[in-house]
Formats: sequence, C-alpha cells, structure tokens
Amino acid sequence: MTTEVVLKIAISGVLTGLVYGLMALGLSVIFGVVRVVNFAHGEMMTIAMYLVIVFFSALGLDPFIMLVPVSAVLFALGYLMQRAIINPFINRPEHSQFMLLVAVAIVMVNGLLLIFGPDSQGITTSYSFDSFDLGGVIIDAGKVYAAIAALIVAVALFSFFRLTLTGKAIRACADNYNGALVVGLDVKRLYSLTFGIGAACVGAAGTMLMIVTDVTPAIGPAYTLLAFVIVITGGLGSMPGAIVGGVLIGLTEALGGFFFTPSAKTMFSFAILVLVLPFRPQGIMGRKTA
Amino acid sequence: MKLLFDGVSRSALILLALFFAALLLAPMVANDYVLVVLVTILYFAYAGQCWNIMMGFAGQLSLGHALYIGLGAYVTAALYVKFGISPWIGLFPALAISGAVGAVIGFLAFRFGVSGVYFAILTIAFAEFARIGFDHFTWVGGSGGFFLPVANYTQNDFFNLRGSQKMFYYILLAMTVGAFILCHLLLRSRAGYYWLAIRESPEAAEALGINIFRYKMYAVVLSAALTSLGGVIFAFFYNNLFPEQVFHISRSIELILGPIIGGVGTLFGPIVGAFLLTGLAESLREIMLRLGVDLPGVKQVFYGICLLLVVMFLPDGVWPPLKKNSALIATLTERRADHGAPRSQRHFEKLQRSEGRAERHLRSAARKDRGPDWPERRRQDYMLQYDRGCL
Repeated sequence: MTTEVVLKIAISGVLTGLVYGLMALGLSVIFGVVRVVNFAHGEMMTIAMYLVIVFFSALGLDPFIMLVPVSAVLFALGYLMQRAIINPFINRPEHSQFMLLVAVAIVMVNGLLLIFGPDSQGITTSYSFDSFDLGGVIIDAGKVYAAIAALIVAVALFSFFRLTLTGKAIRACADNYNGALVVGLDVKRLYSLTFGIGAACVGAAGTMLMIVTDVTPAIGPAYTLLAFVIVITGGLGSMPGAIVGGVLIGLTEALGGFFFTPSAKTMFSFAILVLVLPFRPQGIMGRKTA
Repeated sequence: MKLLFDGVSRSALILLALFFAALLLAPMVANDYVLVVLVTILYFAYAGQCWNIMMGFAGQLSLGHALYIGLGAYVTAALYVKFGISPWIGLFPALAISGAVGAVIGFLAFRFGVSGVYFAILTIAFAEFARIGFDHFTWVGGSGGFFLPVANYTQNDFFNLRGSQKMFYYILLAMTVGAFILCHLLLRSRAGYYWLAIRESPEAAEALGINIFRYKMYAVVLSAALTSLGGVIFAFFYNNLFPEQVFHISRSIELILGPIIGGVGTLFGPIVGAFLLTGLAESLREIMLRLGVDLPGVKQVFYGICLLLVVMFLPDGVWPPLKKNSALIATLTERRADHGAPRSQRHFEKLQRSEGRAERHLRSAARKDRGPDWPERRRQDYMLQYDRGCL
C-alpha cells in the first residue's frame, strides 16, 4: 500500500516536473542566448494562465487546442518586450537588467490583479477527474496529458534549434556574439525572436499547468523562483538541463511534501539548489564556462 | 576626524548640516502620518545603505537581504518576549547570527566561485529557505506570526524600545547617519579601495595581490550584520512578525529598489532613493484617494511604470546625474583636487565615477579608429578580442 502511494506521488511529481521543466526551458533559452535573466518569468506565465481562463470561459476551448493561441500571444509579448525595452539593456550591468524586469513584473502582477481580482481561478475539463490505474498506482489523466504535451513542445523546440536555419543562427548568437555580428546576422532581431520563443514556452507550460492547478495574480514570483531553481540546478543555458532539473525538482517537491508537510515542500528544492551550486556551479547538465 | 572631513568642501558640509538639522527638527512640525512616512524612509535609507556595502562597493548582488532583516527582527523579538532581554542587549546575538549566516553564504559562494546571477539566486534561496523554516518554527509562532506586547505607552521606555514613533524616528535617524558616516569612511579605507577594485574587475584585483575571497567575505558579513540592526527596529516598530512578510522575496526587492534607483555604489544613492520611492508610493496613494479610485493594484501598476521609466532613462540612478548637473550639489560631494586632496583621492574619484562602466568605456574607446597605425590588423581582430566576456 505505502509503496503504491509513494510511487503514485513520485510519478505525479515527475509529470508535474516535466511541465515545470518546459517553463524553465523558456528561462534557460532566454538566458543562454540573450544573457538576460528574466525576472518576470513567472509573471509571464500567470499572464498565460489567465489567457487560458479567458479563452476557456469565452470559447470553451480545450487546453490542448489553446496551446497554440496562448503560445502565440506570449510569443508576441516576449518579442515586443525584447524589442522595446530589453534590447537597450543588453550591455547594462546585471542589477540594472534586474531592476527593469522587476519593474515589468510589478506591472504585470498588479495589472492582472486589477483585471481579474485577487481570487484563485481555475478551469475544469472533461478529463479533470479521470485517472489511469497502473496495477494499483493511480495517476491523474490530466497530468499525464500535460506532461506528454510538455515533452512534445520541448522536442519541437530542440529540433527547431538543431534543424532550422533560424535556430542555428540563434545558437550562433549564443556561442559567439561578435562572430555572429561579423557574419552578418541581425542579432537584435534574433534576440527578440529568442525572447519570444522563451515566452512561448512559458505560454505552453502555463496552459498545461492550468489543467492541474489554479492561478492567482500573486503566484507569479513563486513560479519565477521555481524556474530559477530548476534552471540553475539543471544548468543555466542548457536545454536538456532544464527538463532534467524540472523532473528532479518536481520529484523532490512531491516526495518532500508527502514525507514532511506540503507547505515545506519548496524548502527541499532550495536545499537542492544550495547543494548543487557550490559543488557543481554550472548545474547538472551545464557546460563549464569561464 | 581628519579622515572624515578631509577633502569635503565647506559648502558641502554646510548643506549636509542643514539637511541634517531639517531632519532633526522634522518631528516638531510633522503630524503622525508624516512621521510614519519619515520613519519608513529612514528605515529604507538605512537598509539600502547596508545593502550598498555589498553590491555598490564590493559588487556582489544580493537579492536576499530580507533574510538578515528577518533574523535581526526574530532574534531580538524572541529574546525580548521569551526572556525579557532588552533589545539593546539582544541585538548582539542578532548581529552575530546574521553575520554568521552571511559568512556561511559568502563562504559557500566565494569558496566555490559562485558569482553574478548565480550568487544572487543563492541569496534568494537562503532567504526563501529561512521563510519556510520560520513558517514551521512554532517556538516563535510559525506562520501564525510572532507578536510583541503592545500597550499605550505614556512614557518612552528607551531601554526596551517601547514608545512613541518619535523615539523610533530619532533612533533610525542616528542609525542612518551612522551608516552614512561608516560608509564614507569605509570608502576611504584600504578595504574600500579593495572592494572597488574587486567590483570593477575581480581578476585584476586578484592579480594585484588582493585576497578577494577575504575582502568579499568582509563585505558580506558587515552588510549582513548591519542590515540585521534594521530588522531589530522593524520588529519593535511594527510589533508583529510574519515569516510570509518578513522573509519574502518582495521584501528583499523593496529594500534594494532604493539604492538602485538612487544610484548603486554612491553614498547618497540609498538616501535619495528611499525618499523618492517612499514619496512616490505615498503620493500615488494620495492621488488615488483624491480621484476616488479604489481598485487593488492600480497604485502598484503606476509604481512599476515609474520604476521602469527611471531605469530606462537614468541607467546609473538618480543621484549621479543630479550630482553632475547641479552646481550646488556638485560642491556638496565633489572632492576637488584643488582643495588639496591627496592624489589617491583623485584616483578614487575616477573609480567612483566609473560606476562599473569602466570596462565598457574602454571598449567603446577601442572601437574608435585611433589613426593610421595598423588599421587592417586592428579592424580584423578587435571584434574577437573584445569579446563580450560571457560566452
């Protein structure tokens, strides 16, 4: 009995972790290329989550169909953000960039609060209460679908960066900024694209997360922190690292919440971060950089 | 004493004295509301000054200073409530504990080469760790909060820090002035120069033989310990402590907005920033009240937009351009060479003016074509030489 419960919790932790990983992937891509730490990451995700609520209540669309429009809107948001306000900050010191994004985050959180009010909101899908029974281990169907979708998006992103010319150009910018300039790449535009792609990841992750959880405007900073923890544990700038980190943190939080108290679960992810940072500062999958 | 006034022009001293006198006399004319606002301003100015030691001087971005505020607050409050120990005695363990925690974080980070964004995240991690830890620490109330006994005090009990807002105002004023003078002296000490060197270029500083590990540790421990003093006042002024509020990341951000808006690494930055931001928040509140707009979030949206505009158009904060443009204020801080300042001081000025831009300045200077010498060679390789250093 207990092993089954533990297994159930572990599996659901891994599944949620995959969605978290997708969110963190967005942050990782943005940092890896633009070298700006997006402190408004969780806030962007709450925007996506509220978009899901709006689409759901207005059109009654299934979250998996909404994946496309929500990601597109977030892509546009990210693209414009980078174009309008972040590009001038690329060469500024870190604390200046930090300030900028904190200001953006404050506007986002309170804008959402203004529009949607402080109450927690969620959606109920036809499969919200379905579950799979794997020999006594019961798993939420919604979580399984969400994790599969997250994996598909992540794979799509990997192939985009590996196979398409634009993806290669973006990787070139990340590898050598000046080299990219020399061969004539429009780095500013590619940065905007990258930020848009990162934001689209967040949009997809937010849509998936709406299947399993609710949203309030104030939840943003918590997701931002979560994304940081995942990305740094996995390796900032490493794409597989984000997914691995997401799974690790998802698993840790689920088990920590089960064996201790649920309210203390984030403590375990921070403990992992504190352990990883000194001994492997580049993260589990990160490349050693100078 | 000589070190304190050396190179500060007379007009600057007079202006500072006038400003200080105005602050001293403010409670005579201010009503309760204004006094609370002033206390808030001084609190942020003090905490910002402490944070500035770490970020502005030594260049270590901490995003978890709420941790030290919270430790200072909880330690003294717990000692006072549980054992009746005066906060003036209780602040010593508070200082020691905060300093020790700062040392642990610093050791973990600097010993293993964690820096920049990673260091910032590490500090957040510790603060969040403490927040959740205190949420479950039932001895001091857990998430239900920890309360100090409140009564209507007819007389100020200075020894136990119980009393009117005026008393807190003067204590905070003394602390802010003290921190200001301390920072002023620190910037002219050996450690101060070392810190600036480390901030500008850790590699170069190390190559010159500065023990950068040790001096970074000094900055962290000093900043942590001093910040916890702010926490002591926080606890006894507000009389209630909730881990969700005290240790929350938004508290840390709130603390550092002032010095960043005011000007990182400057002495007046934290003070100017605290006045501006608290003033902005209060006036927004007032405007919303007048307009009859009572929606949650409106105020903060405008606050965020103002922050955005300031960061976008004043990259170095409010203070440096203010200092540069206004002749009046220029005399206030400019330590002129013709005042007989020692040579090192002029160098120091240059360091201070660079505000972390030295490297970029060098780079932009290199981009300019400097004449006919080896044009081909320069064109070809400088793109590669002046790599952005982050890849």
